[in-house]
Amino acid sequence: MAEQGTKIDVAQVASLARLSLPQDMIPRLQSEMEQIVGYVEMLAELDVSGIEPTAHAVARTNVLRDDVPSEPFPREEMLANAPDLIEGELVKVPQVLPGEGIA
Amino acid sequence: MMTNSELIRLSLRDAAAALADGRTTSAALTSAFLERIQAVEPKVRALLAVNAESALAQAAASDARRAAGAPLSPFDGMPITLKDNICTKGEQCSCASKILKGFISPYDSFVTGKLKAAGCVLLGRANMDEFAMGSSCENSAYQRTANPWDLDCVPGGSSGGSAASVAALETVAALGSDTGGSIRQPAAFCGVVGLKPTYGRVSRNGLVAFASSLDQIGPLSRTVWDAAAILDLIAAHDEKDSTSLPQEPANFAADLEAFEQNPRLDGVKIGLPKEYYELEGMDPAVKQIMNDAIEVFRSLGASFVDVSLPHTKYSMACYYIIATAEASANLARFDGIRYGYRSPNATDINSTYEKSRGEGFGNEVLRRIMLGTYVLSSGYYDAYYLRAQKVRTLLRRDFQEAYKLCDFLLTPVTPAPAFHFGAKTDPLQMYLSDVFTTALNLSGDCGLSVPAAIDAASGLPVGIQLIAPAMEEKRIFRAGRAFELARAQKDFTAPLS
Repeated sequence: MAEQGTKIDVAQVASLARLSLPQDMIPRLQSEMEQIVGYVEMLAELDVSGIEPTAHAVARTNVLRDDVPSEPFPREEMLANAPDLIEGELVKVPQVLPGEGIA
Repeated sequence: MMTNSELIRLSLRDAAAALADGRTTSAALTSAFLERIQAVEPKVRALLAVNAESALAQAAASDARRAAGAPLSPFDGMPITLKDNICTKGEQCSCASKILKGFISPYDSFVTGKLKAAGCVLLGRANMDEFAMGSSCENSAYQRTANPWDLDCVPGGSSGGSAASVAALETVAALGSDTGGSIRQPAAFCGVVGLKPTYGRVSRNGLVAFASSLDQIGPLSRTVWDAAAILDLIAAHDEKDSTSLPQEPANFAADLEAFEQNPRLDGVKIGLPKEYYELEGMDPAVKQIMNDAIEVFRSLGASFVDVSLPHTKYSMACYYIIATAEASANLARFDGIRYGYRSPNATDINSTYEKSRGEGFGNEVLRRIMLGTYVLSSGYYDAYYLRAQKVRTLLRRDFQEAYKLCDFLLTPVTPAPAFHFGAKTDPLQMYLSDVFTTALNLSGDCGLSVPAAIDAASGLPVGIQLIAPAMEEKRIFRAGRAFELARAQKDFTAPLS
């Protein structure tokens, strides 16, 4: 566990989470996160050696359904919510690779 | 025919009876609720969307089926509201977030499909805390829902719009979702019944995910019977949710009708978890109401045993690690690419992700994504997330040990009645108001919140919580129904003019 009073690098976490945070939010967020993390640190008091983790309340494994072909969702309906499309068929995204733009 | 004022007060059960014997029609019932919505919604603000036209069309279709002698179910024509994180094809599903403004669901959730198959009228979409993260509905990006009992108080959250719409007589019943108390706590704050079913009882397909190992859809209603009947409608195995449990129809409502012949609890043993009753800062009125509830159960023939859930102290910490970790992963899908808000200020792909998310999410959602990312990040995973999953095992064992001594547990739902808007500005303080409800999301068990009394000082309702092992909803339905019939306070109609 992080030591008591450890500073959280908010900018680093925001970059991992792909979040652009308003500058004025950062100091407050930092103190709130440090307070909450300080609170959850109490779990360090418990001896959990030999305890299996619980990932789900219901332990079901390898749940597969029959491999039966079915109608896929209509493409137009799936694309209807996209912010930007190319010729109504492809999702248009801003430039991915650096360099000159492709016309 | 019945008057509008009578119609809006009907329970699901009484409304079904009135429809069956022709005392009313779905059109009359639906119109009565639409009129009520028009009258009180400016004060309550429980709904993000009201489907007036489509609801009347659904009602007319239902009446035609019934007139032809072929209703789809006893609840054909019954109006119901859905929390805004449950997808209904062709309707906006925003999760009360700006990032999903304008998102139109391309398909029905499993539960929406079940309600449609039963002929229910989808009346509108209920406000909530953004992405179900909150305990007061104050985190909605769109509007502040008021508690119908006191318009200066919160309705609870995150299913606050669902609870308030039932309490304000805007609908017969509602669906909500419960990740850490989000059905039970608003139900208690608004004086209605709320059920968190066993994890896996109801499919999550088409429920926008918050914390996938904890989320569960459930009913909010006027009576325990109503909640049981709605669970009968929506509980079933779904191959599209790998955590959905194989199950036979449980016929909970029919079981209650048989039980009502002699609604006694002789031989039933009720566990009182001492850690829940020893909580510092519990409102004395809640303590008194719990004591009175214990006496009601005793008069019904039940006996009591003290039990211990020794890891209770750690449940909030465990919950906030697991819930935020899962949320940070689930909410990664909102990236401005395929659906939802895309920032006009972005210049390349990374700034599209970062600005769309930063501008689209509200503060509480940002905070939880940040916390979740932190506890999952390299070097911290074992210390936080993995450790929390191990503590989750300990918490589950606590419940399993307690059930060896009793049939179900009786606890408060919240440490105090509904609070005023703006009363809890500190996030940690807000989180701790869920102290009695989060543990059973971690354990996966079922929990029922039933109105118990009205706090004399504040005039606000207070609820009790009944907790049973996974798949044992029948026990808490029976006990909740017996309690409902025996409690001193009969009327839980909010004094909303």
